[in-house]
Amino acid sequence: MEKIEYSKKVMQHFLHPKHFGEIKDADAVGEAGNIKCGDIMHLYIKVADGKISDAKFKTLGCAAAIASSDVMCELVIGKTIEKASKVTNKDIVDYLGVLPTLKLHCSVLGMETLHDALKKLRK
Amino acid sequence: MKTIYLDHAATTAVDGTVLKEMLPYFSRRFGNASTLYTLGHESREAVERARKQIAKLINAEPNEIFFTSGGTESDNTALKGAFLANAGKKHIITTKIEHPAILQTCKWIEKQGGRVTYLHVDANGIVNPQSVANAIGEDTLLVSIMHANNEIGTIQPIEEIARICREKKVMFHTDAVQTFGKIPIDVKKMNIDMLSASSHKIYGPKGTGILFKRNKIWIDALMHGGGQERGLRSGTENVAGIVGFGKAAEIAMQKMKSEGEREKKLRDKIINGLLKIPKSRLNGHPTKRLPGNVNISFEGIEGESMVLMLNEKGICSSTGSACSTGSLEPSHVLLAIGMTHEQAHGSLRLTLGRETSAKDVGYVLKAVPEIVDKLRSMSATWRE
Ligand SMILES: Cc1ncc(COP(=O)(O)O)c(C=O)c1O
Ligand SMILES: [Zn+2]
Repeated sequence: MEKIEYSKKVMQHFLHPKHFGEIKDADAVGEAGNIKCGDIMHLYIKVADGKISDAKFKTLGCAAAIASSDVMCELVIGKTIEKASKVTNKDIVDYLGVLPTLKLHCSVLGMETLHDALKKLRK
Repeated sequence: MKTIYLDHAATTAVDGTVLKEMLPYFSRRFGNASTLYTLGHESREAVERARKQIAKLINAEPNEIFFTSGGTESDNTALKGAFLANAGKKHIITTKIEHPAILQTCKWIEKQGGRVTYLHVDANGIVNPQSVANAIGEDTLLVSIMHANNEIGTIQPIEEIARICREKKVMFHTDAVQTFGKIPIDVKKMNIDMLSASSHKIYGPKGTGILFKRNKIWIDALMHGGGQERGLRSGTENVAGIVGFGKAAEIAMQKMKSEGEREKKLRDKIINGLLKIPKSRLNGHPTKRLPGNVNISFEGIEGESMVLMLNEKGICSSTGSACSTGSLEPSHVLLAIGMTHEQAHGSLRLTLGRETSAKDVGYVLKAVPEIVDKLRSMSATWRE
């Protein structure tokens, strides 16, 4: 059994997330769930002038899932749709510094939710 | 910040009196218990005193107690030892909710050509004795069923099960790691053939345990060497550890009744308090339950997050969530009692002990609802 130990940065985003909540008049809501881990994430995005003006999340999940959600919002706010669509889970992990190997899939959840939101936006 | 330790099922702190008893055996009384001079005799006497203290707690004979390195080794010795010593019989019966020390040993036995039946349990985690009787066949060697479960605290009807085994002439082993010193055990009255116990769960040192084995039961040794522990477990005795375990057993026996009643009251206070949180449920049996065990699931949130947030408030707890098991599978125990992945995901275990106070309980009853609220406010699936 691998030990799970989080960095200060992960704990910071988990304990004090800046971007949790809903956007009532969101332009798109992305959803993804990780059956394996059981984590479920919803991402609300608001677009203005071709840029993501705001992003908020609601996540049922472990510390890695909540921290990844928060970082993902942080990463996409202010980006053009084009640029945001290039954000991957690697960017989330890089931003957090490290994630325990067993928890990498929780960051993938962040990316999947984002891609789902952008797909819905294009429709 | 004060630490409120509510993970006594994982391990406990060594009792002060126990530690004091142990200390001389690390230095002044360092003798090897197998030697002929006085220094060695002192160690031998200390080991035999501990054997008596432990035997007394479960109404065994001292020569039926074998010292091991802990619960895991005792479980391995009981199952593998029985399997290796009885070439003709290849069938073992156990349950789906055993500790990995039993389950992984059974997996190994299957690889060696053994056959294992993993019995179902009901929604409270209880094994039906009739299902044991039904599973016993011609080549059944051994039934191994834990006395109480380490996660949900459910206490099994082992007396009834052991009686069935005795009648059918099948060996009965119980993993009593969670009950030894906490609730009464009488190996004679209960027809127990083998029993595993561990020191560090009862305020003794880590790395020491016992296997109780009735003299009529034959099993092979796993450790071969100098023939200590009447050949069943070679290796120079861990005298200090054994002395500590003996003292811890003696104290546990004195305190069992009053401490059990005290913990039960605090346990029920926590359970009743936390069940006031909407969409929460108790896991395990409401009354056939270890005095110190609380296990509750909260809908819409995940256990690891709860444990980490409780840690921020100084509370040590545990969970059966997939996100914390290290295997990405929720606890096998919670799944076996019929919980969904999501319910298992949201489980929180608090296990009380001697130093848990009514004040601690008050603090927990304030902290947990706050954390549940906070996590639900962030949750994707929670709707008020
Ligand atoms: C039911 C049960 N069996 C066996 C063990 C293993 O005991 P030890 O840690 O002494 O090897 C434990 C401890 O976690 C347990 O709770
Ligand atoms: Zn996760």
